Amino acid sequence: MNIYVCIKQVPDTEAVLNIKEGKFINEENIKWIISPYDEIVLEFALQLKEKNSDFKVTLITVGPPRAESTIRSGLAMGAENAIHIEASDYLDHKTIAKALAQALKNEGDFGVIFTGKQAIDDDASLTHIYLAQSLEIPVVTNVIGFQMEAEKVIVEREIDQGAREKIEMSIPCVIAATKGINDVNEPRYATLMGIMKAKKIPIKKISIQDLGIEGATPTVTTEKLEAPPEKPSGRIIEGEVTESIKELVRLLKDEAKVL
Amino acid sequence: MEDFELSEEQKMIRASIRDFAEGEIAPVAEELDEHEQFSVELTKKMGDIGLFGIFVNPEYGGSGLDYLSYIIAVEEVARIDGSQAATVAAGNSLGIGPLYYFGNQKQKEKWLPELCRGEKLASFGLTEPEAGSDASATKTTAKLENQQWIINGSKIFITNSSSPISSVCMVLAKTGKRTDGKDELSSILVPNGTPGFETKTMKKKLMWRSSDTGELYFDDCQVPEENLLGKRGEGFHQMMETLDNGRLAIAAMGLGGSQGAYELAMKYSKERHQFGVPISTFQVNAFKLADMATEIETARALLYKACRMKNAGLPFSKIAAMSKLYCSEVMGRVVDHAVQLHGGYGLMKEYAVERFYRDQKLLTIGEGTSEIQRLVISRHIGCHS
Repeated sequence: MNIYVCIKQVPDTEAVLNIKEGKFINEENIKWIISPYDEIVLEFALQLKEKNSDFKVTLITVGPPRAESTIRSGLAMGAENAIHIEASDYLDHKTIAKALAQALKNEGDFGVIFTGKQAIDDDASLTHIYLAQSLEIPVVTNVIGFQMEAEKVIVEREIDQGAREKIEMSIPCVIAATKGINDVNEPRYATLMGIMKAKKIPIKKISIQDLGIEGATPTVTTEKLEAPPEKPSGRIIEGEVTESIKELVRLLKDEAKVL
Repeated sequence: MEDFELSEEQKMIRASIRDFAEGEIAPVAEELDEHEQFSVELTKKMGDIGLFGIFVNPEYGGSGLDYLSYIIAVEEVARIDGSQAATVAAGNSLGIGPLYYFGNQKQKEKWLPELCRGEKLASFGLTEPEAGSDASATKTTAKLENQQWIINGSKIFITNSSSPISSVCMVLAKTGKRTDGKDELSSILVPNGTPGFETKTMKKKLMWRSSDTGELYFDDCQVPEENLLGKRGEGFHQMMETLDNGRLAIAAMGLGGSQGAYELAMKYSKERHQFGVPISTFQVNAFKLADMATEIETARALLYKACRMKNAGLPFSKIAAMSKLYCSEVMGRVVDHAVQLHGGYGLMKEYAVERFYRDQKLLTIGEGTSEIQRLVISRHIGCHS
């Protein structure tokens, strides 16, 4: 079965982000990584492949040329193939999903399509839904458990208060996984041998213009980007304990409005 | 760190080994050091990611990478822990290296795969109690009788020779006299566990406390004639070549250790406040950090040049000696500054910089002292001719 793992290149979680021209991230000096949820689900997909010799894991991403380094990292972990849909401009989630869907249709034979439950840059959690919609296949989000049977998959998804919902789906389908899917919490390290092998794998490059999805009207546009307001520093309430507690309660009620 | 001149693969190797060293080595380094404990488990993990046999052809289980990639990997391990870097550097340069470069097909097939997996370690038996810088004073002998080498003598300070997974030692021994009257030296493979071959782990070390260091004793130890490495009488030449390669790895340990100590010092100096400001803002400290950063970049440029010369097949003996000398001495200055910046806390084991301070000292002594490096360089530049 052909397993696809959708990955997204995002700034490192420790990167210091600066805003450029009011609505872009200044990309200078940013270290780029694979979005951590995508990395976990890639690890999970690789483990599935190790248990099923007829499974093939292909990475797919939409992104600018710099995204290639993230694809190479994924290949170094052990994915066999990769598709890079090159797009330099900012695209909304629906357009990205349409591009992914069209590329997958062109590939023809896809089974389970994995994504992380969200990318850690914009935390939108939208692409996998649009992708399933474009392909007219089922999708489940927040997946924490995954079992495969003959022609179907049985997944468990996290819902409120730690409860789990069990869902049976047909294949093909889109699975948006969370950390801990089948107890997979840590991605593997890319081995030196893996890095060497990855170097030799050709990445299939597709220009987004060649996918024939032009004219797709963006449903979301970025108007403005701003940093969250700086947190005010803490306050110490001085004075007699009985008095200062009264003052604390007053502040919590009247200023912070949490009581 | 400016890595603009590296290939994508080399950058990926750095990133992957850095993640590994921070994730797997950093959490246990202090405790292993404290208990002088060599970790079989961690060595295996280092093998799994590919830290052994980096430059070895995949046909023998290696990764088939170039020398610069190997040096970057050692640098990244040393950035976190000198002991594990020692296991890796000695494992590759002194254990795997001579077998790979001088061994015959049968010897390579027999020993290399498990060495490359990090399941076993090979060692290079050169130094003796009375033959340090003067390796030609080797006293260990190997006599050939009835197609058996009979070995007698002892070795000291041999890295990776006495661990639970040490599998074989390449022992430099006198095998006769040359026509010019000098001793004929040859290397002989002696598997650990051979009767008459005893190892004793050396304890109470100042540095590299979780790497394995052994004292070796040979008492009428017999191995088959076929255990000769390369040709008879090539021992001295093999040793010199092995040490040239080894110097690059020791230099990488100096470079990586410098980088690690510098980062610790920078972090601490920004967090530590005195007189109401971070101590990194005092010019006296800022200039220390500036000097450290400058020397580290210079060391890196020199060492990487040496690796590129080796990759290109150019003579690199002089620049290898320069790299070993410079990188190890830079680390001496860097750790000195780094502990000074930590003040009293730098003297305590709770702060990793203390370990870097101790681990550095080997680098100006092992695999040719700084004095021997200066001798090698002075010969190359023509001082004595």
